[in-house]
Amino acid sequence: MIDSPLPDDGAPLLRMRGIAKRYGGVTALDGVDFACRAGSIHAVLGENGAGKSTLIKIIAGVVQPSAGEMFLADHPVRFATPAEATRNGIVCIFQELSLLPDLTVADNICITDPPRRFGLIDGRAQRRRAAELLARVGCADVHPMELVKNLTLSRRQMVEIAKALGRKPKLLILDEATSALTAADVASVYAILHRLRDDGLAILYISHRMHEIAELADLCSVFRNGRHIETFAKGRHSDDEIVELMIGREYRHVFPPKPVRAAPPPPVLTLDRLSWAPRLHDISLTVGSGEIVGLGGLDGQGQRELLLALFGVLRGVTGSIAVAGRPVRPTSPLQAKSPKIGMALIPEDRKTEGLMLPMSVRDNISLASIAQLTRGLTVDRDAETRRIDDMVRQLAIKVDDIDSPVATLSGGNQQKVVIAKWLMTEARIILLNDPTRGIDVGTKQEMYQLLRELADAGAAILLYSTDYDELVGCCDRVAILYQGRILRELRGTEITEHNIVASALNLGLAGGTEAAA
Amino acid sequence: MIELRLWVVQRSGMFLAIALFILMFGIYIGNHPAGLTVNVATTAANKGVLLALVAMAQTLPVLTGGLDLSVGMVFILCNCLASHIVIGSPLQVALGIIAVLATGLAAGAVSGTIIVYGRLQPIITTLATGAIFYGIALLLRPVPGGEIDTNLADFVTYQLFDTVPTTLVLLVLVTAAVWLPFRLSVTGRACLAIGSAEGAAFMSGVAIARAKLLAYVLSGFLAALAGLLLTFITFSGEASAPAGGTYTLNSIAAVVIGGTSLFGGSGGVIGSIFGAFVLRTIEDLLFVFDLPPLWQPLFQGIVLLAAVSLGAGRVFRLRNRLELFG
Amino acid sequence: MPRILVRPEFLAFAFIGVMLLAGSLYSANFLSATYLLQQLQVASFLGIIASGAMIVILLGHIDLSIPWVVTVGGMMSTAAAGWWDPALALPFGVLCGLVVGLVNGIGVAFLRIPSMIFTLGINAVAQGLMVLHTGGFAPQDKATPFMHWLSVERSLLGIPNALFVWLLVGSAVAAILGRTPLGRYIYAIGNREAVAYLSGVDTRGVLIICFAISGACSALAGVLLAGYSDKAYQAMGDAYLLPAIAAVVLGGTNILGGRGTYLGTVAGVILIGLLQSILSVMQMPEAGRQIIYGTVIIAMLLVYGRGSRVHS
Repeated sequence: MIDSPLPDDGAPLLRMRGIAKRYGGVTALDGVDFACRAGSIHAVLGENGAGKSTLIKIIAGVVQPSAGEMFLADHPVRFATPAEATRNGIVCIFQELSLLPDLTVADNICITDPPRRFGLIDGRAQRRRAAELLARVGCADVHPMELVKNLTLSRRQMVEIAKALGRKPKLLILDEATSALTAADVASVYAILHRLRDDGLAILYISHRMHEIAELADLCSVFRNGRHIETFAKGRHSDDEIVELMIGREYRHVFPPKPVRAAPPPPVLTLDRLSWAPRLHDISLTVGSGEIVGLGGLDGQGQRELLLALFGVLRGVTGSIAVAGRPVRPTSPLQAKSPKIGMALIPEDRKTEGLMLPMSVRDNISLASIAQLTRGLTVDRDAETRRIDDMVRQLAIKVDDIDSPVATLSGGNQQKVVIAKWLMTEARIILLNDPTRGIDVGTKQEMYQLLRELADAGAAILLYSTDYDELVGCCDRVAILYQGRILRELRGTEITEHNIVASALNLGLAGGTEAAA
Repeated sequence: MIELRLWVVQRSGMFLAIALFILMFGIYIGNHPAGLTVNVATTAANKGVLLALVAMAQTLPVLTGGLDLSVGMVFILCNCLASHIVIGSPLQVALGIIAVLATGLAAGAVSGTIIVYGRLQPIITTLATGAIFYGIALLLRPVPGGEIDTNLADFVTYQLFDTVPTTLVLLVLVTAAVWLPFRLSVTGRACLAIGSAEGAAFMSGVAIARAKLLAYVLSGFLAALAGLLLTFITFSGEASAPAGGTYTLNSIAAVVIGGTSLFGGSGGVIGSIFGAFVLRTIEDLLFVFDLPPLWQPLFQGIVLLAAVSLGAGRVFRLRNRLELFG
Repeated sequence: MPRILVRPEFLAFAFIGVMLLAGSLYSANFLSATYLLQQLQVASFLGIIASGAMIVILLGHIDLSIPWVVTVGGMMSTAAAGWWDPALALPFGVLCGLVVGLVNGIGVAFLRIPSMIFTLGINAVAQGLMVLHTGGFAPQDKATPFMHWLSVERSLLGIPNALFVWLLVGSAVAAILGRTPLGRYIYAIGNREAVAYLSGVDTRGVLIICFAISGACSALAGVLLAGYSDKAYQAMGDAYLLPAIAAVVLGGTNILGGRGTYLGTVAGVILIGLLQSILSVMQMPEAGRQIIYGTVIIAMLLVYGRGSRVHS
């Protein structure tokens, strides 16, 4: 039983006692006591699988606890559905957006309690209310009648926040709600949250980004393995100490050493004036054998599009791509992964682009390399099992039975399965689209080690990451993108967080316009 | 005027269907020996409204991301029932009509309850309930026969004020009284939300069970209206499986032509009405162009294929192939 | 409860056992070899159609052109016998079905038109073509002796030839699904097409091949049906579409794709066949048959076909 260090003014708004949640044999939460109070921003930290998402889902009425009690302003409560929780003033913004893509912004914002006239929805009043809320979050340029599916991801997340505000929350929960926002929108959200806190709202904030926690939070709670470890005020622990609390062991912020090269390595991937209107312009870049080249810059400057263009997903790409000197033009992932080209892409969203969740680990890992495992007309299952077992060992994937569904694995292990799938193809060019997003610290370290090993074995690696530490720690060179062009290439000792950030913002400030997606 | 532009663009499928209908009907009338007479219009209207009502019935479950393969059979069932009980004194006729409509509601409720609370897939559920409804229809009318109140039938199948086909007026009334309030209600919008993203709808606190159930119940109601109208037109009830199957499949085609997405989340009944009118006009066009009867089914098939393939152009404009996959 | 007992295939076979028992209580010779073999013979036609239908459903699609492709198979095979050579009857009939399937595949894979609506349109076009064909000069609609032999006679151990054809087709389909790369790709696409695409699977090619197989299966069944009745006739296939889908689903295949085994489809086909035949033996009028048919399907699915509660 941990007591939160709450000041003596007033009782906590929300109190949870002895909360437990079990899914079959797995314990997601184990005897958790937790409390948060009004007028504070309370960060919840922990690795994937630590239980923070489960805790939030219980508070928001999405799942029911297996045991324990919950009190709202000292009244015992139990929410059977999200609607009930909302009625009690608890509003949650999840990582998976709760917006309906085919409906308008106004319809989405007022989805459950629209203004009515004669029992029917009052469209005009609804649009007005939506416009008000959009202005409050700084998105007055979004038209209430626009369909949500036509908005960028960043704008959609802002609409989600506007919708949450419209429900007049007493307790606002944000679960990784800023992961896709542009820098400008993030600043907007911080300002709003501070305002709401000063107005007396209780705010629970889940994020993996340390600097966000430092800027926003008054209180931090760390969870680990389904248990509430500690709650402390801001400034009490250093970042490294916090990470140690999260992973439960000593943490050394160490990246594998980068090789010192006398001469540039032989080029494996050469891009010359690659363009894809309107998002990519004249990209010229070389990745040599054994190099890890990073793509940096603010969100949405074309990094994702560049990787997709290389992998053959985009139509209408101009300019030239050469692999080991030979010009190629992949027009589909099938071509891109062929031995002649030998590319692999670790996609952005593992749940919708990288894995078939209900299918087994075996089926997922072998999907991209089935052709190599085929003898005659049939798949050689024994060879397949051997190679998969090797892969599981090499990547240290925690799984008991490779025929169990991949959905049962933790986030980090799921990402390892995606990587394993591509390692099976023995690709020589590996493209990674923000591979460590939402992955626990331990697995991240393993992945950095793996990338360096692959590079040392001769692969050419192009890594897009939104984590500056990663770019600094892993990459031999970093190309900063701005509005679809390479602004600058940093090499060697030039690669520092300061230089990356400065380069990313440099032209933006000089040109007078803020970078936006 | 941004509002108007957005409103129109978001309903482009519907407007396309309307334009297609006007074009085809124009060609039909232009080549019809008698031209646009009241009788020609009434015959066309009666046939069109019949399919339009079934297409309306199909639209509601489709909006929720489901499908109702039993609409044709509810249609037949209500036709057979009406041929028994919509006869006699005005009170009996009125009660008969209410009973027929109630049967449609009940049929929809059965399918909807199994889908919502049994958590079975709509395609296979309505396939099975369709068989059940057809069986009941057969019990009611093992052989074609029956009758219906002739005064009411004449009233419905002719014209108002000697100019406007009554069925068209009824269609407008039904749309105004049933669809518009539904579409503008919270529950109606919930149906679109469910079709768009059911998981997100749940997280948003949308009342999913109630909305889905209502969609299927109203679907049964509209199919019952169609069955009633059929009885007024044919003066008899017939448990014809081919007819039921044809109406079901045509209703799906009408829904697609009318711009409603088979995946759910967007579209509406008005588009489906015009989609139904387009399908009916295709048949009439064949008659008017004196196509040899042997060629008619082929022509109908090709035009149907072309009409439902209208949305395919999108594929060639997409520049990020990943967007092809839902 | 051990996992095997709740698998749909097991439950389907269990239900078959229950029905055989119920039938035997009604009539003594229900369990006789003659009767059972006859059931399997008639079920073979549905079985062949269901094999193709299952593959398409596993992809997450549906083939509504089955009714008239069956007819195409029947009519084109008898026509080929009349125009050219009886030996060409079966191959030509199947080839025509394959071609229709290819068209279906191209429409769905390249034009990205929802399969439900595209195959519906193709069904109408196929109907139009067949009407045109039969309206022409003295259509050849008589089945060849070979076709008759294949679908009616029994050669080996008194086992119907039609059953052997189903066995052959079924083994091929089961092998494809369970042991070949194509099978892996089919399940992958049915699970999540985007993931298959990004993993370098030729999703378009797989779709086209599968619709072609479905067309070929339907046409083959049509050839056999023509052999059974000694002639091809209009709307031969209308009675087979819904039972085929029902058989696939009752066998545990998810209608949305990505999950299901061929063994289950076999169980589903036998189940539907038995159900229809029991109702006929009981001399149940058509009305009662339809009601029981629908009720049984729903009852069985409520036991093992239920979806999960929506939570996110």
